[in-house]
Amino acid sequence: MHEKSNRIIVTVIGVDKVGIIAGVAAVLAEANANIVDISQTTLREFFTMIMMADLEHASVPFDELKRRLEALGETLGVKIDAQHEDVFKFMHRV
Amino acid sequence: MSGYFSPQEILETIRMVQMENLDIRTITMGISLRDCAHPDLATAASRAYDKICRAAGRLVAVGEEIEREYGIPIINKRISVTPVALVAESAASDAYLLMAQALDRAAREVGVNFLGGYSALVHKGMTPGDRALIASIPEALAVTERVCASVNVGTTRAGINMDAVAEMGRVVCETAQRTAAADGIGCAKLVIFCNAVEDNPFMAGAFHGIGEPDCVLNVGVSGPGVVLNAVEKAPEADFGELATVIKRTAFKVTRMGELVGRAASAKLGVPFGIVDLSLAPTPAQGDSVARILEAMGLERVGAHGSTAALALLNDAVKKGGAMASSHVGGLSGAFIPVSEDAAMIEAAELGAITFDKLEAMTCVCSVGLDMIAVPGDTPAETIAAIIADEAAIGMINRKTTAVRIIPAPGRQVGDHVEFGGLLGRAPVMPLNRCSSAAFVRRGGRIPAPLQALNN
Repeated sequence: MHEKSNRIIVTVIGVDKVGIIAGVAAVLAEANANIVDISQTTLREFFTMIMMADLEHASVPFDELKRRLEALGETLGVKIDAQHEDVFKFMHRV
Repeated sequence: MSGYFSPQEILETIRMVQMENLDIRTITMGISLRDCAHPDLATAASRAYDKICRAAGRLVAVGEEIEREYGIPIINKRISVTPVALVAESAASDAYLLMAQALDRAAREVGVNFLGGYSALVHKGMTPGDRALIASIPEALAVTERVCASVNVGTTRAGINMDAVAEMGRVVCETAQRTAAADGIGCAKLVIFCNAVEDNPFMAGAFHGIGEPDCVLNVGVSGPGVVLNAVEKAPEADFGELATVIKRTAFKVTRMGELVGRAASAKLGVPFGIVDLSLAPTPAQGDSVARILEAMGLERVGAHGSTAALALLNDAVKKGGAMASSHVGGLSGAFIPVSEDAAMIEAAELGAITFDKLEAMTCVCSVGLDMIAVPGDTPAETIAAIIADEAAIGMINRKTTAVRIIPAPGRQVGDHVEFGGLLGRAPVMPLNRCSSAAFVRRGGRIPAPLQALNN
């Protein structure tokens, strides 16, 4: 919490289909957010993608980016969520 | 994820926020009004108004900013102030309503739905200021919308001020009468305490204690839904395992409170006070404390075993939460209000939970008899005796207890009262009809118990 990080975690949960990763990556690239890490698993029948992105040099504020990702989720029929890294850091690490 | 988080951890967090109502129940700014005292009450009131608007002007905006930044809802942004009796009694006038109206205007101006601290601390006796404040409570709660009042009538160190208890019985009844058109809703904004705490962020009993700094930010976490989900996933667990499951969950929930508290305090430039580890229900489905007790294996809350279940829950929440925050404080325990908890309302309607069982349960949790509607014709002495019983539990057990009871005017057992919003709805519950009047009339103080002599 002392060194203020600007990283966010993007999660995508839904039924797998063509273009999910490409879509998310495009939204992030358009906002000049750098993708730091990406992982993908299938949880039961659901496709789950988790992406960490750095907003250090992002051209749009976090809440606008979050809105864009949610809108993309609606068009793709999946649930896309973005949250600040600190939320996970605080909950799972002391 | 970058050696940081496992996918399971990330999904758990997402699930808690999206599906289990994980939220921060309140960020409450405590503001000292001690420097607002003035011989002219109107000047004191306008000083208080100005100070609150100055200190809390950005509270709501910052709260919303943090919600956006972290994606965690902060349900309430609230304010607590120095007990008004301490501020107003320097004034020549005892028309303290002026103060209540100034506080109400300030709350509206900064956009908070409740402001606590229309309060007096009278556990050992009353000053003229305390007397004037208490006398003004019924009218103050009737004519203001957002001001909450509280009176501390006992402590473990001082015993119980039974004169104040008797007076508060009358004040509760009069407050109900003055707000009769809304089922006595004024009483939902009035708490009578024993061992009141100075840094409680939860309404209606919040006030900014005299040992507190000029301005401070306290956070109340919640999360009954998250705990319920964890308990439901462990149907076969024995009590040791169950406690561990709850502790782990409480830890995670509290960490969110710590995160939000630190962020808000940094953004507002105000010191971070405490995280209050209470489990606070709302009438929303999936946000019930009573449902957690039922998930432990009770058919309905109120069944025999409810007190033990609540004791385990309350203790495990504290143990898990205490590790998660650098400063824990406030009330820190499970709340068991009736009207604000969907499963509690159901149990009361079915007669599964009774007034007496609720009283027993308050021995092992925070805070007390909370949001209980009783018949409108309940005598003031009976209300006073209820307050005395609850204060005795707090005094002897060295814990905070409180009474927030609504003698709903014109209502009888079997009727319902509707308060709306977070205050919910409640069936009118029966009370013991035998008189306590001669007991209450004795007056004086119940001496401090042996528990007070610990030096």
